[in-house]
Amino acid sequence: MRLSKKFISDYIDISNIDIKELAEKMVFVGNEYEEIRPFCEATNLVVGEVLECINHPESDHLHICQVNLGDEIVQIVCGAPNVRKGLKVIVSKVGATLPGGIVIKNVKLAGVESNGMICSLAELGLESKFLKEEDRNGIHELPLDAQIGMDALEYLQFDDTIIDFELTSNRADLLSMIGLAYEVGAIYDLPVTLPEITLKEEGDSIETSYQLNVETDACSIYLGKLVKNVVIQESPQFIKSRLMACNIRPINNVVDISNYVMLEYGQPLHFFDADRLGNHIVVRDAKNQEELVTLDGQTRILKSSDIVIANEKESVALAGVMGGLSTEVENDTKNIFIEAAIFDPIHIRYTSKAILRSEASSRYEKGIDPNRTKQALLRACELLEKYASGTVMHGTLCHDNAAKENKLISITLNKINQVLGMQLESQEVESILRRLGFTYLLENDTYQVTVPTRRLDVNIKEDLIEEIGRIYGYHHVLGKLPIVPMKQGTYALKEKKIKEIRHRLESLGLYQVFTYSLVGEKESRQFVNQDKEFVSLLAPLSEDKKIMRQSIIPSLLTVMEYNLARNYKDIQIFETGSIYYKEDTYKEEQMVAGLLCGNYAGNIWQNQNLKVDFYLVKGIIENLLHYLGFHGRYQIIADENYKDMHPKMTASILVDNTKIGYFGKVHPRTSKRDVYVFEMRLDCLLSKKVRGIKYKEVSKYPSVHKDLAFIMPKSMESEKVMAILKKVGGKLLTNLDVFDVYEGENVGIDEKSIAYALTFQNDTRTLSDEEVTEIFNKMISEVESKLGIQLRSK
Amino acid sequence: MQKKISEIKEQLQNRLNQVNTLNELNDLRVEFLGKKGLITELSSMMKDIPFEEKKTFGSLLNAIKDETNDLINHKKETLEMDELQKKLETESIDVTLPGTKLTVGGIHPLIRVIDEIEEVFVSMGYDVVEGPEIETDLYNFEKLNLPKGHPARDAQDSFYITDEMLLRSQTSPVQARTMDANIEKGPIRVICPGKVYRRDDDDATHSHQFTQIEGLVVDKDISLADLKGTLEILAKKLFGEEREIRFRPSFFPFTEPSIEVDVSCFKCGGVGCPICKETGWIEILGSGMVHPNVLKGCGYDPEKYTGFAFGIGPDRVAMLKYGIQDVRSFYTNDLRFLEDFNRVEGGE
Repeated sequence: MRLSKKFISDYIDISNIDIKELAEKMVFVGNEYEEIRPFCEATNLVVGEVLECINHPESDHLHICQVNLGDEIVQIVCGAPNVRKGLKVIVSKVGATLPGGIVIKNVKLAGVESNGMICSLAELGLESKFLKEEDRNGIHELPLDAQIGMDALEYLQFDDTIIDFELTSNRADLLSMIGLAYEVGAIYDLPVTLPEITLKEEGDSIETSYQLNVETDACSIYLGKLVKNVVIQESPQFIKSRLMACNIRPINNVVDISNYVMLEYGQPLHFFDADRLGNHIVVRDAKNQEELVTLDGQTRILKSSDIVIANEKESVALAGVMGGLSTEVENDTKNIFIEAAIFDPIHIRYTSKAILRSEASSRYEKGIDPNRTKQALLRACELLEKYASGTVMHGTLCHDNAAKENKLISITLNKINQVLGMQLESQEVESILRRLGFTYLLENDTYQVTVPTRRLDVNIKEDLIEEIGRIYGYHHVLGKLPIVPMKQGTYALKEKKIKEIRHRLESLGLYQVFTYSLVGEKESRQFVNQDKEFVSLLAPLSEDKKIMRQSIIPSLLTVMEYNLARNYKDIQIFETGSIYYKEDTYKEEQMVAGLLCGNYAGNIWQNQNLKVDFYLVKGIIENLLHYLGFHGRYQIIADENYKDMHPKMTASILVDNTKIGYFGKVHPRTSKRDVYVFEMRLDCLLSKKVRGIKYKEVSKYPSVHKDLAFIMPKSMESEKVMAILKKVGGKLLTNLDVFDVYEGENVGIDEKSIAYALTFQNDTRTLSDEEVTEIFNKMISEVESKLGIQLRSK
Repeated sequence: MQKKISEIKEQLQNRLNQVNTLNELNDLRVEFLGKKGLITELSSMMKDIPFEEKKTFGSLLNAIKDETNDLINHKKETLEMDELQKKLETESIDVTLPGTKLTVGGIHPLIRVIDEIEEVFVSMGYDVVEGPEIETDLYNFEKLNLPKGHPARDAQDSFYITDEMLLRSQTSPVQARTMDANIEKGPIRVICPGKVYRRDDDDATHSHQFTQIEGLVVDKDISLADLKGTLEILAKKLFGEEREIRFRPSFFPFTEPSIEVDVSCFKCGGVGCPICKETGWIEILGSGMVHPNVLKGCGYDPEKYTGFAFGIGPDRVAMLKYGIQDVRSFYTNDLRFLEDFNRVEGGE
């Protein structure tokens, strides 16, 4: 909403107020503005008269003009096609500035001196949407009665300042000059003067000749008046300038008046060509699939939630949103039917959302003061009488079931201060109420406040407290901390664990990433190993963001590709976040996923690179599981069944025999690089109980170390051997490691040799050689007999 | 005899000067102190010495033995030191070659900011709670005093899944969920971080997915002053001790009064600069007193309880704090970008 300084000055005297200061004060009562600027940024413009105009001898389009500026006659070379003797024009004098930083200087044009410039409206910075055809092509022609030497901006009423407000959606009342005047009045304690409407009414009452049927609940007020014999022409300059200042394009006096009154009162009006409308007006819900051609010539297909104005034959306007083409006011229109109505905000909102948001609909959506409808109607009649030579007919067509009573709110000073955390005195509160135009009665410490209907947003105590707070100024609030019983702040247990997981993965060398939950069709299917319904958007913005992901891995691959494309090759990343699916209800499951490729660590010039491989990722997983307290409770098991994973280089992760995730190499079909990924279900993992840390004293007795190696088929898993070694070793086997895996000429072609390092120790005594040897030999014989493989060395 | 000893001494000194290696020194030791060494031979003369001179001769002999030992040992040390020095010389390295790249990761800047904010509030006794991202229209809007058709719904064009389900457009539904879940309808102090979604095209300042942290305090006698004091602590923690905050009236359907909060510019300190658009202040969050309709809708008696709520955007905070120009940077995850945050905050 734009505030025009000239326009608002009709209702409140702000001549002594600096407009910038006013704008700042508006911000601090809750009305932010986007910009503040002069309506026209040009300076030093005067009205001039072209006394003489001859063609430039050296040019085929330039003219040499002698222009009377009142106090002097100057020679100006002008290239406009419409410049001619006798014309009243806008002259920017030498030294003038025009928008875009143009400064007018004495110049020679094709050898002839030129001391100024005759301007077009475009050169004054008027937006092109406001320009008429003739103003696009040439200089602006002023009316012949324009006073020579007068400041041209003043003459055009362009000497205005605009504040472009970005209002909050509750302040419907500020979508009008009068509403803004009340707000400014409350800030500066200034009175607001409403237009005094005087009308001469003639003829028969409209009530006798018109029939009105309101057949919908969505129209609380519908008022109509008839104005006959209007003369359609251009609006007076002040109306045109004010409309443009408020960003509305002037059309003709009649149409402009409807907009002018809307800007004044915030009440949208609609003018019908009365002769084409007929005299039976119906306000009703649209029929489904009903067609209506709107003002802009478009055929609109309506729904039953839309409201229409209709005559006996057909719908003629889309109520509150846009007029219909068939009853539009045109240049030959003689008689006007004025509609001033209030339609239900929600209906208008749905219609305007589906069809078009107009100046009218944006006001209807937010609500209209029911006590202003009639005034606006009469004001429009008055202006039509004055500026369109119309004859206002007697009477008003009327449907009105709106509640128009002012609102009563009771509140105590104590409550005000309690919520605001201030110590306001009663005089301060009373002064603010008065400035806001709210009346009150004080009874036993309680204010009975009457709030006028124009303030649709003030309905309850808290609204009133806000009014008092914002006018008094929130900068008066002094911060303190709530006085509440002390308590410990907590994280949900899962959250805390997830934080720990993040920090562990960070220390294991992985960067945390943050990606979008919404993915495209193809991505949504990748790495998904469950058969659950996808959660998809009804109206996605784009193809690549329409389905809620069921795996984080595809997003990680996208991050990888992004970084690879930027030559960042060693990538170790992870993300914790949700996946989404639908069962009987919508489900969100917390996951942790990671991706690694390239070199994990190293120093290139020393040729010491640790390349990411299956076992590195396994190390990370194991480290994380240890960290989370699952030592001895997890298993890593080869699994060929994961989608988009290498069938032979992927393993399930089991904790307490439950699958909680997997890791391995991405299938070469999905990525040609050596990329390793993992994904684990955190809800499942973190719901498992973990024992507290309990220190067990380190054994004081010496340990015994032994090595042994077995030759076994390549296909045999080391875990089989280790399980037997552990079982036989029992408590005495305190550590078991693989220290060599060999395949090659010293073993068979389908064989491998794995060497194990064993540590034996007892907590309570020194182990004897015989004891260890006995166990050791038993281990060998058990492995050999149970697995049918051979000892290679010991 | 004495003459013999000084001859040996002189001889030893000359020989020692010629010795250059440990091997030569060892030979020299044998020559003088070995079984057939010059000094050893002297002691074999002892038996021929008259009794009364034996004592003097003995001490002379011991003295030369000790002296010889000392000299040889001293020479040994010198030689060893020289040798080590030579060895060290050959071990010189180029200290300017690059160090080994140690593998450490990093926490995403958004999570850093969220963690930081969480810490502030947990230290003040707030609980960190979470709510679903796939939310009902009821919790996302209606319980927050945003009935269907409310014009303020426009500011949050949402991704709907069905007519009644949507991706939450704010973390505020967690407010209502927390109040609903509080069976005793007693005091509440929570913050709720999480992802939110809006139907915005992604550009430098808009993201269809971003993060928010909601704060809610419900208790007896909670006022705007409590809100201000609380947010002052947050602003100082996030943007520095000297920061001040400023309240401006605003409108949110779920708070009344509603307050927009600005922080004094951390770049210019309030005198005006491009970051604060020459105003000295930067808008950081929206807040207010919980609307009585919201309290009522969740079973709280607005006559007994008041509360404040606020919602802060970690994306915006991180952008301001670290000077990030494009919100999409958080979600593209350029590793060079992420690496920049892999250190302690500093700057205090």
